[in-house]
Amino acid sequence: MSIEVKFFASLRERVGKPSDSIDANGVTTVLEVWQQTVGEPSLDPHILAAVNMEYVSADHAVCDGDEVAFFPPVTGG
Amino acid sequence: MLVEISEQPIDVWPRLASYEDEHPELAGQHGASVVFAGRMRDFNEDETVRQMQLEHYPGMSEKFLEDIVQRAMDEWSLMDALVLHRVGKINPSDTIVVVVVWSAHRAHAYAANQFIMEALKSEAPFWKKETLDDGQTRWVEKNTPGTV
Repeated sequence: MSIEVKFFASLRERVGKPSDSIDANGVTTVLEVWQQTVGEPSLDPHILAAVNMEYVSADHAVCDGDEVAFFPPVTGG
Repeated sequence: MLVEISEQPIDVWPRLASYEDEHPELAGQHGASVVFAGRMRDFNEDETVRQMQLEHYPGMSEKFLEDIVQRAMDEWSLMDALVLHRVGKINPSDTIVVVVVWSAHRAHAYAANQFIMEALKSEAPFWKKETLDDGQTRWVEKNTPGTV
């Protein structure tokens, strides 16, 4: 019963870890994943979130086995 | 359709020639191929940039590039599309990205190529970290606009 969490680029450096794994029990939204892994109450609107590699909003539901990722605006190409 | 993300340098023209050799169905059928090659500048925001590190989200970056190309193929009349994106250490003038589309007519090829490139810039999870002339590093916070 776990949720895998990934952080990328400048956000990875800011939170000080590339990944984390949390117990899925009692965690219902992306925002709660952020709160539990980073320890900050709110998610800055410029930070992007993805669940299972699809962009989602902070109130998106999460469940056991999901991969949740947080990262800054993209700058490829 | 081919989408490829690699740390290997991209040699645009030989790569394009070999792709067309491997796809004989394109020969004689396409009236237009539009090639966009994005290169690394040695300056950004008034600073000299010596090197760049390009990071991506493995799995999601490939998935998004494939989604973007599929959307272009649904919207315009394309015969094929090729997207190559470099990651890892990159030096000035290196090719970062290549987008090629093949179509019977130029209007579709031009429009689809620009769509793929702009969607890639705004949706695909890649990030650039620059090393400046004095050795300091900084993350690129936003891409330059794609329109004049």
